[in-house]
Amino acid sequence: MKTKVLAIDDSRTIRNLLAATLEEAGFEYHCAVDGRDGVDMYDDVAPDVVITDINMPNLDGFGVIEELRGEGINSKVPILVLTTESAPEMKARARDAGATGWITKPFDDQSLIFALKRVTGAVA
Amino acid sequence: MSGSIQDTFFEECEELLEAMDEGLTAVEGGDHDPEVVNAIFRAVHSIKGGAGAFGLDELVAFAHRFETVFDEVRNNKVELDTKLIQLLLRCSDHLSDLVAVARDGGTTDEEHHDALIAGLEEYMDDEEEDLTFEPMGLGGPSVPLPLAAEEEKTYEIRFRPLKEMFGTGNEPFFLFQALSELGPLKVVLDESELPGFDAMAMDDSYLAWNLTLTSTEPKSSIEAVFEFVEGLCELSIASDKDAEEEEAALAALNAAFGVSGDDSVTDPPAPFDAPAPAVTAPEASPQPVEKASSAKAESTKSEQRGPKPTLRVDLERVDRLINAVGELIINHSMLAQQIANLDVADLRDVETELEGFKNLARDIQEGVMSIRAQPVKPLFQRMARIVREASSATNKVAKLVTEGENTEVDKTVIERLSDPLTHILRNAVDHGIEKPDDREAIGKSRTGEIRLSASHRSGSVCIEIKDDGAGVNRPRVKQIAIEKGLIPENAELSDSEIDNLLFLPGFSTAKEVSNLSGRGVGMDVVKNAVTALGGRINISSNPGKGSTFTIILPLTLAVMDGMVVSVADQTMVVPITSIVETMRGSDDMINSLGADGTLLSIRGNFVPICDVASALGLRNPNSDQPPGVYLLVETETGQKSALAVDDIHDQRQVVIKSLDGVCGNIPGVAAATILGDGKIAMILDPENILAASTSSATFDTERRMSNAIAS
Repeated sequence: MKTKVLAIDDSRTIRNLLAATLEEAGFEYHCAVDGRDGVDMYDDVAPDVVITDINMPNLDGFGVIEELRGEGINSKVPILVLTTESAPEMKARARDAGATGWITKPFDDQSLIFALKRVTGAVA
Repeated sequence: MSGSIQDTFFEECEELLEAMDEGLTAVEGGDHDPEVVNAIFRAVHSIKGGAGAFGLDELVAFAHRFETVFDEVRNNKVELDTKLIQLLLRCSDHLSDLVAVARDGGTTDEEHHDALIAGLEEYMDDEEEDLTFEPMGLGGPSVPLPLAAEEEKTYEIRFRPLKEMFGTGNEPFFLFQALSELGPLKVVLDESELPGFDAMAMDDSYLAWNLTLTSTEPKSSIEAVFEFVEGLCELSIASDKDAEEEEAALAALNAAFGVSGDDSVTDPPAPFDAPAPAVTAPEASPQPVEKASSAKAESTKSEQRGPKPTLRVDLERVDRLINAVGELIINHSMLAQQIANLDVADLRDVETELEGFKNLARDIQEGVMSIRAQPVKPLFQRMARIVREASSATNKVAKLVTEGENTEVDKTVIERLSDPLTHILRNAVDHGIEKPDDREAIGKSRTGEIRLSASHRSGSVCIEIKDDGAGVNRPRVKQIAIEKGLIPENAELSDSEIDNLLFLPGFSTAKEVSNLSGRGVGMDVVKNAVTALGGRINISSNPGKGSTFTIILPLTLAVMDGMVVSVADQTMVVPITSIVETMRGSDDMINSLGADGTLLSIRGNFVPICDVASALGLRNPNSDQPPGVYLLVETETGQKSALAVDDIHDQRQVVIKSLDGVCGNIPGVAAATILGDGKIAMILDPENILAASTSSATFDTERRMSNAIAS
């Protein structure tokens, strides 16, 4: 069974990059176009891992994590934050919200897969 | 694959640049809503993110500075004053240039680039200038391996999660699995801290692991595996080689290694004996199989979610479809003709079906056309930049106000409108808008306003460019036209005729040309561009108040509604959009004016008659024409005229076939079409016919008058 990834990013470019890398690596890929869309899709997709951007319209990445981890959805799946900022404060903030880890943009295929591996154990 | 993703990136860049421009324009207009600023920030941020993925370093570096300044604005650390807004606007223009360079190659003006960067840096905190974009910390497999064969090292790792770790979704099992890819791994669970069952707190962490890894990887690779749990666990990593280097600790550590080496289980790296609860939890929640099998459908569906589902289609395919629809319409006409020619008693049923066929064909045609239709917004937004550049080049202050940006026009029309609009706007700034001091002196605001608007007007699109500048300098224009021999010296021209002299080929305002609009293109080129699109352009001007250029364009370039008429035994088509009314003439409606002028009286009003056959040179103007049918048309200037044709046959959709490549520009003829009987018919351009006949009449009158004076 393939590991299901829900990617939330408002950039079509990033979504396509993620799709290409993840599908080639054998993941099942789902995507949402902004934070609100991502949270709405969560139950339907029932992903094994979530990858979310931070800067997004409608609901930002921190909001996504808070809602997914919150009472309503109470998600326990790993959540990776996709960010261009490598500053420690950002990581701390994401972690406080309940993020599992982070991927720094621009990412290459290997670092993306490596990050997923560390939180899901999945090779695909 | 990555090529097509890069294409997507550039497509997306266009949209993002558009969004950014829109936001900046709003900000410029005084809208400092945080959400607007946020949206601009996100657009720049997304461009940076995508550019980073493709290694477009120059773009990344510039976007980063741009974004940083916006972040300062967002956090209210920097105030959005006029100076900053102007800088940001220039930066947005430059960013769009950088995107274009990244896509199409070429270079940008380095001096300009550096000046903007320096400008942006003035607003940046010094510490924000860190421009390193290396992916942090993610060493591990992604770091290129050192070339030299690394020595194998044995690492002793002690890992004890804190209870905080479990709330983050991190799982020791997966970390160990990742670790095991670096080399053979031994995992030993240390459960010594586990209290009795009664004393155990559900949410506390009692377990620890001692791991032994043999690997050629450097220590940093191991640290990278634990990156996400840094600070959420107690972690120590020691290697035998470290130990050798540290003389003082040598003995103690050697002893420790000896112990662990002897006592540990000699299992292969995986699977390992891991404690049940923590490790198997994720594995124990298998996903329903149905979900996985419907994955494909589901992922397609997911991509379609979001605010505006769109489909990207190769333009060529749409054009093929449009051609096919054109053929379909011609085919319908032919079929209708064939059926009408049949010798069958009752055709009613067939005709009903044929009517249905026609309606469907029209629906399909409209549908296909709407695919090609696009809002003029991006075009208008680009124009804001033209005005900015023109203003700064001429030391004037002008702003562009746009209206009706959502008006949709055929894609080709939009593409080909860019040059004429650019030219008109440059002209408006250069010749129309006065210098700020001059404006102030005559009681106008220092900032000139140019209003660019688009609207639909009965089957056409109307684009208007209106400035509040000085208007056309008519005495000057007339003088130039006389000097150039374009009009007779004593020509009496109406104001509107003088204004329209600007469009004459050979009319160059050389005396007034500055280095800006004098790029070797005259307004006649603008007119030709518009005419080539099947449109018309007109100027009206109010001295001291400004000028207005009106461009009327057809909605589509492929099909139109036409009235099929006969003119001197030829079948021709007149665009329905230009016809106000049709009427059958009778002798008592015609009044003579002078020797060769005739007027048609309609309900007490007189309108000049223009005989199409003679205007096209198909018939001698003085021949006795039978009173035929009059098509009442209205010109852009609001004047009515009656076009005289011999008869009206039909009203139908015709497919426009351009004559450009076949026989060039024929006065009075806009294009050609194929009729139901397979014959070719010319599509007339009423405006052009009228203009030609009135101007020749005017000059005739002039000549007659001057002749009379001379004799």
